[in-house]
Amino acid sequence: MTAASPAPRLNREARLAAQEKLPERSFLARHKFLFLRRLSQAAVFALFLTGPLFGLKIAEGTIASSMTLKALPLTDPLMLLQMLVASHWPEGLAILGAAIVAIFYALVSGRAYCAWVCPINPVTDLAFWLREKLGFQAKGWQPKPETRFWVLAMTLVVSGVTGTIAWELVNPITHAFRVVVFGATASLTFVVAVFLFDLFVARRGWCSHLCPVGAFYGLLGSGALVKVSTHARVACDHCMDCYAVCPEPHVISPALEGAKKGFSPIITSSDCTTCGRCIDVCDRGVFRFTHRFDASETTTVPAVRSNCSGETP
Amino acid sequence: MASADKKTDGLLSPDRRKALETTLRGIAGVGVAGALIATYERSAEAMPTQAIRPPGALPDERAFLSACVRCGLCVRACPWNTLKLADLGDHVATGTPYFVARKVPCEMCEDIPCVKACPTGALDHALVDINKAKMGTAVLVDEENCLNFLGLRCDVCYRDCPVIDKALTLEMESNPRTHKHAIFRPTVHAKDCTGCGKCEKSCVLEEAAIKVLPLRVARGELGHHYRLGWEEYQKNQGPLIKDIIDLPDRAPNDVTPPSGVPDAPPIIDPTKLGKGWKP
Repeated sequence: MTAASPAPRLNREARLAAQEKLPERSFLARHKFLFLRRLSQAAVFALFLTGPLFGLKIAEGTIASSMTLKALPLTDPLMLLQMLVASHWPEGLAILGAAIVAIFYALVSGRAYCAWVCPINPVTDLAFWLREKLGFQAKGWQPKPETRFWVLAMTLVVSGVTGTIAWELVNPITHAFRVVVFGATASLTFVVAVFLFDLFVARRGWCSHLCPVGAFYGLLGSGALVKVSTHARVACDHCMDCYAVCPEPHVISPALEGAKKGFSPIITSSDCTTCGRCIDVCDRGVFRFTHRFDASETTTVPAVRSNCSGETP
Repeated sequence: MASADKKTDGLLSPDRRKALETTLRGIAGVGVAGALIATYERSAEAMPTQAIRPPGALPDERAFLSACVRCGLCVRACPWNTLKLADLGDHVATGTPYFVARKVPCEMCEDIPCVKACPTGALDHALVDINKAKMGTAVLVDEENCLNFLGLRCDVCYRDCPVIDKALTLEMESNPRTHKHAIFRPTVHAKDCTGCGKCEKSCVLEEAAIKVLPLRVARGELGHHYRLGWEEYQKNQGPLIKDIIDLPDRAPNDVTPPSGVPDAPPIIDPTKLGKGWKP
């Protein structure tokens, strides 16, 4: 962390009151993208559950590979990659499904998978939330964020050496899915393990440091179109709220603090999960969703707080 | 490190040393994790014998685990709820499909929906005739408790077999206990057995006397160089080696002549042998 800002989250109300008398944003506005994400994550499960629960088959299978409305095949491209490394050439359906998924995330946003789809995200978010609530000061064990790429390489090596889809033996994502969709209750073990790991061992440990699936989707989306822009960075009052809430805080600084160095206001790092929490929490309306070629920014400090959609008033 | 302040260039410069240490620590940690996963994988390959893979599953377990993405589409496609995805602790690689014949056997759907649903070919799409499936093979594991072997006419496994009279036949033989009754011995012919497990499911005993076992457990395998002389003789319409000298068979008078196959062992009629003879 750069600027010294003692416990910025605790004094927000006080700070606001002191700085300027601005109308309080509603709770909903301050959590808009969080709610949308939870809705999206729940919808993914819901599509798979209508079949077993109500006999209305929408999506079948799991997040590893699925068939929606008997027409749209989807397959996790990392799974396919491990399969190829393990020297199995799959049926066309899996290749088509993986291509659809890969193209989607490569175009839209690689790690949107992490923020909007992955069932582990609410688990580690809960661990993070609880950690803050309980006032855990120590970050705990903090492996380098690059470790996830080593883990990714390791899963491919182990897949090649053993000739099997190695990561699936431990992958908490698919385990979580099978818990919910197939009632594989013992598989909850790995999900709970990740929760406890993030709560007690490492702050933001799993998703932001170790998970090879996130690393893979990050690489996949390195040229993706949807980006968050710090388009009103002139308005930033360095309250650090965005850093505090961001699962990958290192992605913010180059854009937010980079005006003097001539950096674009676009958050370009493929580590960014495009979760939109920074847009939610910023009282100054600094952030907004945009596309990667939109480097436009506001040069005048806004007189009133912008709304959450990121539109410049 | 202690040496960090002594020299500041080359490998010993503090920054490079720290970077090197961090990288090595990362590689070592991830390497250990990888080794653990690989070891775990080895143990995941060993399955309990009652866990039977769906029809068309790649026969080699490792090949199957290279192809199965644990998506459960086969499970959803199964109209009989036969298939189940392995949970942790099932001792089957987690998330992979299997069934336990004694609980719900495979009903051998003609259109094989589970195979069609498989996106990766872990269930081989080359299987289009369910009668050619090789999920395992039935083995009559306990002759001592099988009711038919006890001389009763249970026959339930035989009647329930979808490939009746091919995969499972009743072979009549004399009951040595009474010397006047028959035993109808349920006999599995692995060539035609699909391993569906209907026989095991229907066995009336507390614990089935006939069980479906994975082929790796149930079947032996001849040495690949082995040739069965009588089959080769049939295929070749004669001996493989031409102009072989067929020496006259020297046998005692009370031994019947050989069966037409050159050099076949003589058929001995035990009743004509002397008293001290033992096979």
